[in-house]
Amino acid sequence: MTHPSDAGPSPVLALKGISKSFGAVRALRDVSLELFPGEVHALAGENGAGKSTLIKTLAGVHRPDAGRVLLDGEPVVFHGPGDARDAGIAVIYQEPTLFPDLSIAENIFMGRRPKRALGRIDHKATNAATAALMRRLGVELDPERPARGLSIADQQIVEIAKALSFDARVLIMDEPTAALTGSEVARLFGVVRTLREQGAAVLFISHRLEEIFQICRRVTTLRDGAWIASEPLDGMTEDDLVRRMVGRDLDELYPKQDVEPGRIALSVRRLTREGVFTDVSFDVRQGEIVGLAGLVGAGRTEVARAVFGVDRWDAGEVEVDGRALTNGAPSTAMAAGLALVPEDRRAQGLVMDMSIERNIGLTGLRTTVRAGLVDRGAERSRSLDWAVKLRVKYARIADAVSTLSGGNQQKVVLAKWLATGPKVLIVDEPTRGIDVGTKAEVHRLLGELAADGVAVLMISSDLPEVLGMADRVLVMHEGRLTAEIPRSEATEERVMAAATGRAAA
Amino acid sequence: MPDSLTRAIRWDTVVGALLLVLLLLSFSFVDGFGNALNLSFLIGNTLPIALIALPMTLLVVAGEIDLSVASTAGLSGAVMGKLWNEGMAIETIIPLCLVLGVVCGLVNGLLVTRLGLPSLAVTIGTLAGYRGIAQIVLGSDAVTDFPTQYLDFAAGRIGDSFLPQAFLPFLVLLAVAVVVLHATPFGRSLFAVGASQEAARFAGIRVRRAKLILFTATGFMASLTGVFWALHYASARYDNATGLELSVVAAVLLGGIDFDGGKGTLGGAIAGVFLLGALQNVMSLMNVSAQSQIVVTGVLLVVSVLGPRAARRLAVARAGRQAASTPTSSLRSPS
Ligand SMILES: Nc1ncnc2c1ncn2[C@@H]1O[C@H](COP(=O)(O)OP(=O)(O)OP(=O)(O)O)[C@@H](O)[C@H]1O
Ligand SMILES: [Mg+2]
Repeated sequence: MTHPSDAGPSPVLALKGISKSFGAVRALRDVSLELFPGEVHALAGENGAGKSTLIKTLAGVHRPDAGRVLLDGEPVVFHGPGDARDAGIAVIYQEPTLFPDLSIAENIFMGRRPKRALGRIDHKATNAATAALMRRLGVELDPERPARGLSIADQQIVEIAKALSFDARVLIMDEPTAALTGSEVARLFGVVRTLREQGAAVLFISHRLEEIFQICRRVTTLRDGAWIASEPLDGMTEDDLVRRMVGRDLDELYPKQDVEPGRIALSVRRLTREGVFTDVSFDVRQGEIVGLAGLVGAGRTEVARAVFGVDRWDAGEVEVDGRALTNGAPSTAMAAGLALVPEDRRAQGLVMDMSIERNIGLTGLRTTVRAGLVDRGAERSRSLDWAVKLRVKYARIADAVSTLSGGNQQKVVLAKWLATGPKVLIVDEPTRGIDVGTKAEVHRLLGELAADGVAVLMISSDLPEVLGMADRVLVMHEGRLTAEIPRSEATEERVMAAATGRAAA
Repeated sequence: MPDSLTRAIRWDTVVGALLLVLLLLSFSFVDGFGNALNLSFLIGNTLPIALIALPMTLLVVAGEIDLSVASTAGLSGAVMGKLWNEGMAIETIIPLCLVLGVVCGLVNGLLVTRLGLPSLAVTIGTLAGYRGIAQIVLGSDAVTDFPTQYLDFAAGRIGDSFLPQAFLPFLVLLAVAVVVLHATPFGRSLFAVGASQEAARFAGIRVRRAKLILFTATGFMASLTGVFWALHYASARYDNATGLELSVVAAVLLGGIDFDGGKGTLGGAIAGVFLLGALQNVMSLMNVSAQSQIVVTGVLLVVSVLGPRAARRLAVARAGRQAASTPTSSLRSPS
């Protein structure tokens, strides 16, 4: 749209006037977009703005209700993801789509693996090709390892390797960095730059605005399904971009309130799970927000899981409000006032086929009862209350959560746990995939909870978030707590040093 | 409007409607269908399936299955016959049989929840095992001389009506099951367990305990059915109720309970049970051979697995088209 009409390069991929509705939800309204070879183009917008839908339309997953897709200037109709792939468009979706029981190599070369005589699959060749891709990405992952049990970051890497293996001309990445830490993002950006120099066009989605400014040249903004602008990022500020996305100025992103810490609410003593984490001890007081930082794989999530009881611990003890928790019993942890917002919303946080109402209701089955039966009225108003408080964007509260956009799904997970009125709240990557506006909202909410005396343990790979919100920062490295840094002394450098084991702070 | 549309093509409503249509057609066109004796046969023969379908529905919703139910029923019938022959009082025998059923269910449940074995494999094993024990207990004897007041209750009708006396207790059990599945926290948690065990665990639901309770309840209902069966047909043999598990599973799936767990309603399941029962009754009246009846049941089973999925897809497609035809077209780009 704003592309200069002089003899520049022509777009490799273009969308013209695309519209798409799901039931009553108009996810895209007359959206246009041009992608040029050798450019990294950002797609920005709030949760539910239609970014993922746009991408799925490009990739042939959805058929647009109106509008055209042009490839090298020629109109094309993709009947399925296979068509788009054959045309050189590789897509990394927001939600990884690996087959858990296949190996990494098998996932990457799904359905087109090198064959030997008699149609037998050449495992050697597949594994070697996979290893080569991993080298190109600069990561170490065993090609023969099954996808099951891979961290989200590693799953993302496999998806990227898969896309690379197609030698795609157009690479579309829907929030690829949401689950990555700083160094992993840097590694990914290295790969993206290489691809760009080789003339590929990249469409990039992220809710971390600094990343957009770091790697992209132009940005297209969507709001409520409508195209707002396509413009160069040069000369724009983050605030400009936010205003485009949200349509107004934003509240402070880290509204930290000063709260006088109270009694110890969560006490973890010498907790050990063999081979995963060792001798972890810390306290969280009422009114405190304690950040737990570290690299992916440092054992932060595993500690949270053990504390909540979904995993067993081998040694140590956990107390909530002075009451010892039973090993491996989430229901007693919940009864004691503990809540865990888990890392993987699709597998752990939500029952995807269930409605928004019922998902939020799951944590209240024991409390919204009358005469032993579920009080449906109370359940509904509890769910509605929290869905509204967190500004979940949905058509009907009875819709399946699978129809929500990624960020809105995350809000439902938060709602589900905040609705329990916890004394101790553990949040594992609470703002993953959440847009800036809502992120500020979630931070404000966490701050308010703390002010009300809730003890918050916040695991986050988003370092600015940890530094902005936490009263204290705990750092883990290879299964051990390596540092405890008070707010006044917490800097990015110190946290990273402890997280990489470079210094015992 | 799309709301009522999607609701209208829910599979359990479809099955309920099919049942009504079948009943209307049969009353009008099938000779001998409408007389009280036939109707009481129909219901009496369907009751064992219906009784076991109650806990089976809960079990399948929770993502598990129990194929040993017919063998458990056979075993408790055999033990009942054996103990009666030994001269024990029937008032003692029946509770013992029910305890035996609880033990059978508990064994299944422990194997599944403690050892993490798939319930399909476990209960195929105990299907053979429990039936084998039944044969060891009773051999090829048939015990028929149970006290008449018990036989009369199991075979009798309420007054002059076509309803078997056992129908009232069944209605009570049905009501209990409906309330448990659809209105209690326990039942509601089963839908989460069946749809995503991991998410259920993360929501503090005690998954293994729930499953153990369900297997135990299923064993209990299976043995209750075994006792009813022996009295209803006045015959306790080791091979009582052989193959009943297939009818139960077929009926439950036909009623829209998703084999993958997490979806379905008890109303649908019971409609499925009586649809299958009525169909078999009608086919018998029309002298359809036993083999052909099995083929029809098989086809129904396939339809029942595909039907709900098709209905769901149709619902989604309709909702989409519905919205597409609303005036968003004004926004379409002129090009
Ligand atoms: N399959 C679907 N059925 C119904 N509604 C859908 C479906 N997919 C998307 N939507 C709706 O379309 C809108 C846009 O969703 P989309 O996933 O494109 O948002 P997004 O911009 O990617 O958001 P996020 O940043 O949260 O990932 C949302 O309101 C969403 O609820
Ligand atoms: Mg998205």
